[in-house]
Amino acid sequence: MTSLILRTMVRLLLPLLLMFSVFLLLRGHNEPGGGFVGGLMAATGFALFSIAFGSETARRILRIDPNTLIGVGLLLALSSGLVTLWLNQPFMTGMWFKVPLGSLGKLELGTPLFFDIGVYLTVWGVALTIIFALEEVR
Amino acid sequence: MLIFAVLSGFGLAFLAPPISQLGKQKSGWWLASLPIVLTVYFLTLLPGLKNGQIEAISYPWSQQLGLTFAFRADGLSVAFALLVSGIGALVAIYAGGYFGTKAPLGRFYLWLFFFMASMLGVVFADHLILLFIFWELTSLSSFMLIGFEHEREEARTAAIQALLVTGSGGLVMLAGFVLLGQIGGSWEISTLLLKGEPVRAHPLYLVVVVLILIGAFTKSAQFPFHFWLPNAMQAPTPVSTYLHAATMVKAGIYLLARLFPLLGGTSLWFWAVGGIGAVTMILGGVLALSQTDLKRLLAYSTISALGSLVLAIGIGTETALKAMVLFLLAHGLYKGALFLVSGAVDHESGTRDVRELGMLWRGMPFTAAGSSLAALSMAGVPFFFGFVAKEYLYEAAYNVGAFWVSLTILGALLNVFIAFRVGIAPFWLPAQAQTRLVQKVHEAPWSMRIGPLILGGLSFLIGILPQLFSQTLVSTALSAVAGKQVEVKLAAWHGVNDIFLLSLLTLGLGVGLFAVRRDIQRLAENLNPRWGLDGLYKRSLELLFAVAAFQTRLLQHGYLRYYLITIIVAVVAITGGGLWRWGGGTLPHLSWDLRFYELGIALIIIIAGGMATLSRSRLGAVAALGVAGYGVASIYLLFGAPDLAMTQFLIESLTVVLFVLAFYHLPHFARLTPRKERLRDVLIALVTGGLMTVFVFVASGIQIHPSISQYFVENSLLLAHGRNIVNVILVDFRGLDTLGEITVLAIAGIGVFALLKLRLDQRLPKAKKEGEGVARGGER
Repeated sequence: MTSLILRTMVRLLLPLLLMFSVFLLLRGHNEPGGGFVGGLMAATGFALFSIAFGSETARRILRIDPNTLIGVGLLLALSSGLVTLWLNQPFMTGMWFKVPLGSLGKLELGTPLFFDIGVYLTVWGVALTIIFALEEVR
Repeated sequence: MLIFAVLSGFGLAFLAPPISQLGKQKSGWWLASLPIVLTVYFLTLLPGLKNGQIEAISYPWSQQLGLTFAFRADGLSVAFALLVSGIGALVAIYAGGYFGTKAPLGRFYLWLFFFMASMLGVVFADHLILLFIFWELTSLSSFMLIGFEHEREEARTAAIQALLVTGSGGLVMLAGFVLLGQIGGSWEISTLLLKGEPVRAHPLYLVVVVLILIGAFTKSAQFPFHFWLPNAMQAPTPVSTYLHAATMVKAGIYLLARLFPLLGGTSLWFWAVGGIGAVTMILGGVLALSQTDLKRLLAYSTISALGSLVLAIGIGTETALKAMVLFLLAHGLYKGALFLVSGAVDHESGTRDVRELGMLWRGMPFTAAGSSLAALSMAGVPFFFGFVAKEYLYEAAYNVGAFWVSLTILGALLNVFIAFRVGIAPFWLPAQAQTRLVQKVHEAPWSMRIGPLILGGLSFLIGILPQLFSQTLVSTALSAVAGKQVEVKLAAWHGVNDIFLLSLLTLGLGVGLFAVRRDIQRLAENLNPRWGLDGLYKRSLELLFAVAAFQTRLLQHGYLRYYLITIIVAVVAITGGGLWRWGGGTLPHLSWDLRFYELGIALIIIIAGGMATLSRSRLGAVAALGVAGYGVASIYLLFGAPDLAMTQFLIESLTVVLFVLAFYHLPHFARLTPRKERLRDVLIALVTGGLMTVFVFVASGIQIHPSISQYFVENSLLLAHGRNIVNVILVDFRGLDTLGEITVLAIAGIGVFALLKLRLDQRLPKAKKEGEGVARGGER
């Protein structure tokens, strides 16, 4: 589709949607959001972009093959659970550590965060794989 | 140290691909270092074993299931382990030269060392279940290695056959193990071995023996399961050497020998084991007579040799067991050498047909030397290792009776024939038939010479000096099989007695048979009997495929709407039936205290649903569905589930996007369904909707288990450091579920990707019509 309005809008929307998706991912632990929604949001952004500019352009600016996103996401989710095995804890035990940030307070990081990032990447990758593939059917 | 010895092979297996990337065909020399180290380690165990020190190690694995990671190294285990690691090293070196740069060496070495480690696991495991696991791992690696050249159909068929035969035999054996564990009250083999008396007296003894024998016989290619072994010669020659001559096929022998103190010594054992062994020994030899392919000849002679080993275990006297241990080692050495030679000959001359091969000594003097030494050992010529072993085998059979000794002689003389045909004739005699050989046959590279030379050389050296090389090994191994301390004195020369005369007779008859090989072969071709379960195997496989095809046609018809009807009706029937049996239950008190906007949303959903069903355009239907979905999402929002609502909104939007993309490819929207079928669909929809409504109402009034939501609410922040309970459940409390879900999602995504990218309709003109039929059918 070569609608100028759509193209202009999408160009502005894509960064916003991506930032919002990361925002959703990160706030998910305490407020509504999470990896699943975040991944869908990111996929939506690229879906819009590929409708406006074609999947080839969308793939080029994504740089990473969506299939790779799936693999990396699954691997990340799995390994975030495996880490605790080293500490003789059951698989997928949540493990937390606090990073002091001086006057800003403390940042809590945990294996569930990495798990959620894995979910985010997988969902993003799967949705984009399907969308791009559908678009490229001749 | 023992555990390292057993498991290090698995480590090397996974390092092998990168190493062989670096080393190319030279990598065999590097990779062989582990098996060499292991061989040296096993040799150092021998002095300790002689003094009765047995290395054992045990780690708990699963207490509830009674599983332990228990390994134990006694004489028998070490004897087998030496074959596994020693020949493993030679085969690893050999394979580099054999494959050169033509084959994916990394994959080969991966499975080769995977097999080596599994086989070491089999011989060292001191736990029945552990042994079974390693046993099946050897079957698995054998499958991968037989099918190594997977682009050839014969290789694939043979691989599947070997896997099915040995694998199903292994399952039968597992049943025997479980029974044995129940009867003996322990899984530890070393503990079980002390309970021979009560186990043999148990009423289920017969069942246990039969089940375990089936496992051992399938693995060791005994009649009537022998048919898979010649077919397994589709494997590359290094594999045939290692798995299908020297080690894996002897796993059955190992098992029989290992369990002999427990199960052996009864008349059932004698007749079942000894009888099958004798039949296999003769059958293998007879079937070899008509063969002309080097590897198939060797395969049949391996069957025959495995038969004699089984026969010796069946006889079970001390002499017989001694013969078994000696013959095991002798056979491993000479058969390993001959297989390697057959690979080298094939590699250099381009043929394996014995009739076309002749006078190869001129071109390949080293290979000729190794081959001749091995063949003379196989023929049982005095002062070779094979002779020493055969003397004891004759003596054991001689003590049982004339019938058995004549069987043994027959088996042995057939092997003399094979030995001359495979190991001597191609090198020293002129070719029989018009030969297609390249004018000048060159010697194989050093990596391929060293194996036959070492194995053939050992066959000779141990023959002259058995007391130096194998006395300790044979004594300790024999003690383990016999279940008591036994001293063995070996000598190369026993003087001229009856047994020696029988040996000479065998040799003479065998060479005589060889002299008239043309006639023998013509005769044998005429009577080539189809023994064994080969036919049954083929028929049952065909039956399996027929049943699979039938039920696929029945269930996978390709009509999307019938799939949906099947699923929906099944769900309704099961849920409705459950509700019915449970007796209805009470509807909770319904309050009609609705807000106007709630009512509004409900109305919108209902109207949208109606529009979706009645719409005359596809776009209209999609839009109406989207409206219904947004309505549902709004309800989530109103009732305090923002996470759910947000996800639902996004899913609805993405669905519309997907529809937009798919629109272009969908056929014309038409109404083709006759009135009757639409009526049926309406009925199904109404019943399903009604049932689900009732179900939700009823379910909300039942509390079978105490609710766990309170637990999540209380512990979300405390244990999982998060205030959003939904997300905490998703990523922490029930993270495993999520992991499963995203895995399914990923598989579904890849599936869609594959289906769309495959474009079957364009690649195969025949499938195009079917694809269109499905698409049109789906629209009807």
